[in-house]
Amino acid sequence: MLNLVDVLLFFFLAVTALGLVRLRDLFAATMLLSLFSLLSAGLFIVMDAVDVAITEAAVGAGISTMLLLATLAITKRREKAPRREVELVPLMVVLVVGGALVWGTLEMPEYGDPDAPSQTSPMTRHFLEKSRDEVGAPNIVTSILASYRGYDTFGEATVIFTAAVGALMLLGGRRPKDARLTGSVLQPHNRQSLAGAGADEMQPKELHLNRILEVATKSLVPFIMMFGLYVQFHGDYGPGGGFQAGVIFATGVALYALVFGLTPAQRVLPPRLLEALLALGVFLFGAIGLWTMVLGGNFLEYGVLSDGPLHGQHLGILLVELAVGITVAAVMLALFFLFAGRGFCGPQRKR
Amino acid sequence: MLSVSILAILICMGLLILRAITGKTVFHRILVINSFGTKTVLLIALLGFLSGRPDFLDLALVYALMNFVGTIAVLRFSGYGDLASLDQNDASAEEDFEWV
Amino acid sequence: MGVTTLVLDVVGGLLLAAGSFVLLAAAVAIWRLPTFYTRIHAISVNDTLGPGLILLGLACRATHSWEILVKLGLILAFLLITGPVSSHALAKAAYRSGLEPRSYRRAKGGPPSTP
Repeated sequence: MLNLVDVLLFFFLAVTALGLVRLRDLFAATMLLSLFSLLSAGLFIVMDAVDVAITEAAVGAGISTMLLLATLAITKRREKAPRREVELVPLMVVLVVGGALVWGTLEMPEYGDPDAPSQTSPMTRHFLEKSRDEVGAPNIVTSILASYRGYDTFGEATVIFTAAVGALMLLGGRRPKDARLTGSVLQPHNRQSLAGAGADEMQPKELHLNRILEVATKSLVPFIMMFGLYVQFHGDYGPGGGFQAGVIFATGVALYALVFGLTPAQRVLPPRLLEALLALGVFLFGAIGLWTMVLGGNFLEYGVLSDGPLHGQHLGILLVELAVGITVAAVMLALFFLFAGRGFCGPQRKR
Repeated sequence: MLSVSILAILICMGLLILRAITGKTVFHRILVINSFGTKTVLLIALLGFLSGRPDFLDLALVYALMNFVGTIAVLRFSGYGDLASLDQNDASAEEDFEWV
Repeated sequence: MGVTTLVLDVVGGLLLAAGSFVLLAAAVAIWRLPTFYTRIHAISVNDTLGPGLILLGLACRATHSWEILVKLGLILAFLLITGPVSSHALAKAAYRSGLEPRSYRRAKGGPPSTP
């Protein structure tokens, strides 16, 4: 049964990819991309990799789609037709590189081969057998990510932070002199942004263009936040963890912004606060590492954090996942606020 | 019985993908993507039960959420051309916003 | 004890079968129905009922663990809320952007136009 599911999912993936490449309408292509992410998540589930599947679903289908749509709002909607149907040089490059990659994979072990290096390596046995005694988290993926390979995760958090900083530097506007939510590069380029500073005091009458959506969103957002918290702290026991929780949290706020507008969403999370949170996450991670050194252990050796190594590991993993969650949520939201609302410069028109 | 359900859902997915590629208007595609998302949620839940790992239900919930938010984002984009604006709910804005 | 599990199994299987049938009907409907609004109607109703039945069928198999039941209930509640809301938003967006529903109004004396 699972084989059949595998085959069919791969087939759908291929069909979607073909459709994606041939479409010139980038909006439809974005939707097909989210379909692609879904199918990939399905494949990961068939392979029993639940953490990866959650991340793929959360990032690929949620945030990625929204950021791509926001990009489409700034650029054109149709892809320019190429000059010639078949361009020889790129085709050759693709064939050669792709062929080399395929040839390289011929040397790889078979899927599910019990003699594969990842199965027979002593590290695998160590992780599978000893992680419960050494780290204590039932979810071995979390214990590897946060504890055994915590330094790599620190690098990941720093990479995400750097990407956000780069995006903010490239796309953030000048600090407007008189904006109410003052002095942040996350203020979108909208000529009403300065007028909005005065209008807020006057409490203008509110439009309610879609009550149903507003009511549904207002009822859902608290549960989404709570679910994000659940995924964050349940990452020790089930699939989840900091990264997925951050994305879910960001999606909740993004939903609120989509339905109610940027101003209410930025009242909840002012852009200044987002900038601070961006840095706070990475700082927290590094601070934990340094604190363990102060306490006498190595960098990120959680065992010294509390009485007894297992308690220390629990505390360390908790804090570290929290740091990753804060960073990821702040990054995703910063990117969303940065891209959204740029739209067309000036007032929006119905197309 | 689980396998039969999984098979039925996969057939639905296939039909929907065809519809996604041959849909005439953009709204057909949005409808298909939304429906496909719901089918994926079900597929995840069923696969979880089939392989005896009910942890997958967390994933199904995440996916249901992302599906909804993605649909709303896509609708907002197709109706308004942007994803959110500063004076969206502001009656003092001069444009006649036609929102979803 | 055995009878309860047997009944639960059978009921669960029936619910799963019903849910799958409903979903298949929706997938066929999207090809066979004439206009966009009729298709939205078919998909939206079936995408709420079908998953509901399937999730109930799964719940019959998972009575040993209340966690699973709660999570299934949450997924069901979420689908019940967001399914119709998405369809409503989609139909409204399509209507606002000019997609006309098919009208059967004749010159005189015919049936009134369908909304």
